[in-house]
Amino acid sequence: MPPVLEIADLKVFFYTDYGVVKAVDGVRFHLNAGETLGLVGESGCGKSVTAMAVLGLVRYPGRIVAGEIIYHQNAKKVRLSGLDPKGREIRSIRGNDIAMIFQEPMTSLNPVFTVGYQIMEAIILHQRLNRRQAREAAISMLAKVGIPLPEQRVDEYPHQLSGGMRQRAMIAMALSCRPSILIADEPTTALDVTIQAQVLELMMNLKAEFQTSIIMITHDLGVIAGIADRVVVMYLGKVVEEAGVREIFYNTKHPYTQGLMNSVPSVRGKIRDLKPIPGVVPDAFALPTGCSFQPRCSQVSKMCRTEAPPLTEVGPNHWVACWLHS
Amino acid sequence: MGRYLARRLLMLLPVLLIVTVLISSLVYMSPGDPVRVMLGLRANEEAVAKIRAELGLDRPVYIRYLKWLASTVKGDLGRSLQRNEPVTEMIADSLPYSVQLAFFALVVAVVLAIPAGVISATRVNTWIDNFLSFWSLFWVSMPGFWVAILGLLIFSMHLGWFPVSGQGGPIWTLQGLSYIILPGLILGFRQVAVIMRLIRASMLEILSADYTRTARSNGLAERVVIYKHALRNAMIPTVTIFGLQIPEFLSMSVIIETVFAWPGMGRMLVDAVLKRDYTLVQGIVLVYAVLVVLINLLVDILYIYIDPRIKQE
Amino acid sequence: MSKSSPRKRAETHLKGALRRMQTDKGALAGTGIIVILIFLAALGRFITPYDPNEQNYDEMLLPPSLSHPLGTDQYGRDIATRIIYGCRYALLIGVAVVGIHFVVGVSLGLLAGYYGGYVETIIMRLVDVMLAIPSVVLAVAIAGFLGGGIQNVIIAVGAIGWRAYTRLVRAEVLSAKEQVFVEAARAIGCGDLRIILRHIMPYTMAPVIAYTSLGIATAILWSAALSFLGMGAQPPTPEWGAMLADGREYMQDGWWIATFPGVAIMVTVLGFNFFGDALRNALDPKTEKRI
Repeated sequence: MPPVLEIADLKVFFYTDYGVVKAVDGVRFHLNAGETLGLVGESGCGKSVTAMAVLGLVRYPGRIVAGEIIYHQNAKKVRLSGLDPKGREIRSIRGNDIAMIFQEPMTSLNPVFTVGYQIMEAIILHQRLNRRQAREAAISMLAKVGIPLPEQRVDEYPHQLSGGMRQRAMIAMALSCRPSILIADEPTTALDVTIQAQVLELMMNLKAEFQTSIIMITHDLGVIAGIADRVVVMYLGKVVEEAGVREIFYNTKHPYTQGLMNSVPSVRGKIRDLKPIPGVVPDAFALPTGCSFQPRCSQVSKMCRTEAPPLTEVGPNHWVACWLHS
Repeated sequence: MGRYLARRLLMLLPVLLIVTVLISSLVYMSPGDPVRVMLGLRANEEAVAKIRAELGLDRPVYIRYLKWLASTVKGDLGRSLQRNEPVTEMIADSLPYSVQLAFFALVVAVVLAIPAGVISATRVNTWIDNFLSFWSLFWVSMPGFWVAILGLLIFSMHLGWFPVSGQGGPIWTLQGLSYIILPGLILGFRQVAVIMRLIRASMLEILSADYTRTARSNGLAERVVIYKHALRNAMIPTVTIFGLQIPEFLSMSVIIETVFAWPGMGRMLVDAVLKRDYTLVQGIVLVYAVLVVLINLLVDILYIYIDPRIKQE
Repeated sequence: MSKSSPRKRAETHLKGALRRMQTDKGALAGTGIIVILIFLAALGRFITPYDPNEQNYDEMLLPPSLSHPLGTDQYGRDIATRIIYGCRYALLIGVAVVGIHFVVGVSLGLLAGYYGGYVETIIMRLVDVMLAIPSVVLAVAIAGFLGGGIQNVIIAVGAIGWRAYTRLVRAEVLSAKEQVFVEAARAIGCGDLRIILRHIMPYTMAPVIAYTSLGIATAILWSAALSFLGMGAQPPTPEWGAMLADGREYMQDGWWIATFPGVAIMVTVLGFNFFGDALRNALDPKTEKRI
């Protein structure tokens, strides 16, 4: 499978009054056509910032300071990182080629416009449809995402919909222009468990139908195990491990990934088998020297404290940034 | 909608009723005899008694109130003690001028405040934001009557750009316009300051809201995101607070009218108070109260249109 | 919610607020202006060699100079001197008016919030009525009917601004009633009055205190406006609004006549506004400006 998106050595820094936050510091991964890539890590590790960088939506005081983001639009290569974030080119890609779903369905829809209007707005912007056609398209999208009575719901306001329904509407909006990449930023975190499963299933079905590649950003390893083909694990703005989903669950290499696995309760395991990662994510302004995980790592060595480990291939398509494995 | 309106109008009645009681008791409690003010110091007792009887001032206070209320409901606010003309007519003559001035000021305010607030919010902490913030603080803190005097002094007297004061015919003629510009701008600029601060504050919040991010991620142009998606939301708190500002706005218009000798209701009020023309004062205060409650009702209706979450109730 | 006594809570709260205010530029400017104002009001007569009301026909309408830094008016009176004497009126009126607002507004707010029911309905309806009449319109009517003079200005302006305190206090009381310490006070048999004054009132004071400073600014502004309209302090009283009214006809002959009393009002109002804003931000960190 050819890649649709390649990210190389991406650095996004936030220049605040209190100092520079290196939210994304040399991230490198790619997304193949038709696959679902899981982007995993604790909150604050730079997952969302990476996603926003892809769409050119990093907000002040953040800035892409280095790196490449390349989108393969059919046969053409588009350098997203080089586009003017307010310019026409990137806007014609947002919502059209690359769409996004956010974590908070309750606040991600504009309260003063109807759900249908917000979907139609994206459709009219990117496709050559008139209002009536756009409305039809919006209704059929609402039907596709499993919203009952779509002809009626299309004229309702977000506050009239439940959280699960709103997230379905968000998915309808995101997929309305048949994007080739869908970035889903914790799309199910704010939902009830039963609805989570429904929404995930819906996304997978639509993915097949629309031939969309998905980047699933989450901290929930259960979600990853269920739907991802490949997994990228991030810690403090860096990729620490990357592998196929089976490989990463059965042949975990990086101590941080292991830590994540151990802190998930399993059905057969006992509570005392859970091993939370000791310590907390360090202060963003005072990052540790060497490997950024070393203060919390149980297998730390002298080398870890002085030098950051490079991302190296330890098996077929299995990459790890750890001195234990190089 | 019709039923809602009817209910709201009905709810206004008790408030207005208490307003009338308040004004009447104020007149009752005030020292000094209006008849003596009317007739001058050397009036003889007989003449005073005669006029008192004519005006019904010799009857008990509650009878006077009820009679006044009864005729007020019919639209008759009594006769001016000073000019012996019907108060209703006098107010009907001056009200249009007040409305003209207020409307002119409001148009100025809205036309300038919205872009100023948006620019301030989208360029936080740049020189233009600082400049606009300072400008609005200046207008909010300046005593309105003093600004009016300075405006008169500088622009009318020294520079001669505008007529000194008064009113010069219909507003759509060049001459009429030249009279309204200075008082209208001064009254309007103050509101610009108020509205601009409201819009800036709510825009700042909304521009980092989740749904703004959604709009951007859909590929909408920044212009559309700001002026359609964000501004529409920013108008909700702005309209609410502006509704609360209406009495202040009218207060300021009384002062501006007085300074510029604008023949509106505010100036007539000040005049009437200084001449102890109680019936006229009663009438004008009542009309101001009616104006405030009606404008507030209008604001509430407007609110239904801009905030769909309200409709459900 | 906190179980500590309301007084202790208020104390630690105030200490934190004080600390926050020390780093606020607006607070510094406001405090500076208020201190100068009090200083001039108290010791003004030792600073200036002139009498505020003595007319001197040899020195009419003189522009600002070394002997008359802000010029003289149409009766040859030194404007700087009159402005300095005016500080007293401004402060006196501001504090007295806010005193009335405070007493009336806070007690009505406490009653409405604590008792609820028809007491609350009546009080809040009264607040609605006060909201319906533009403040200057009502103040003009009251001051005009009572006749001029400083005292009547205080009454007139005092009669119109209290509603803000009532609303503020009522809302605070409603939240205070839910607190554990009020339940506790009731459980040990405190009477209503004692509960209101000793337990609830301290709890409600933080926002009211901040509002007081802003209230003084508004009171000074309104009373100056009334005097300017001829319904307050009467000439030759060196009250700033009255000075403006008095000098209006002569402002073409000397720009300083109409300018400096207005500057005095503006600076004073700015001072109390700065101080009040800073105090509010310090007492309630939530409302601090976001960047």
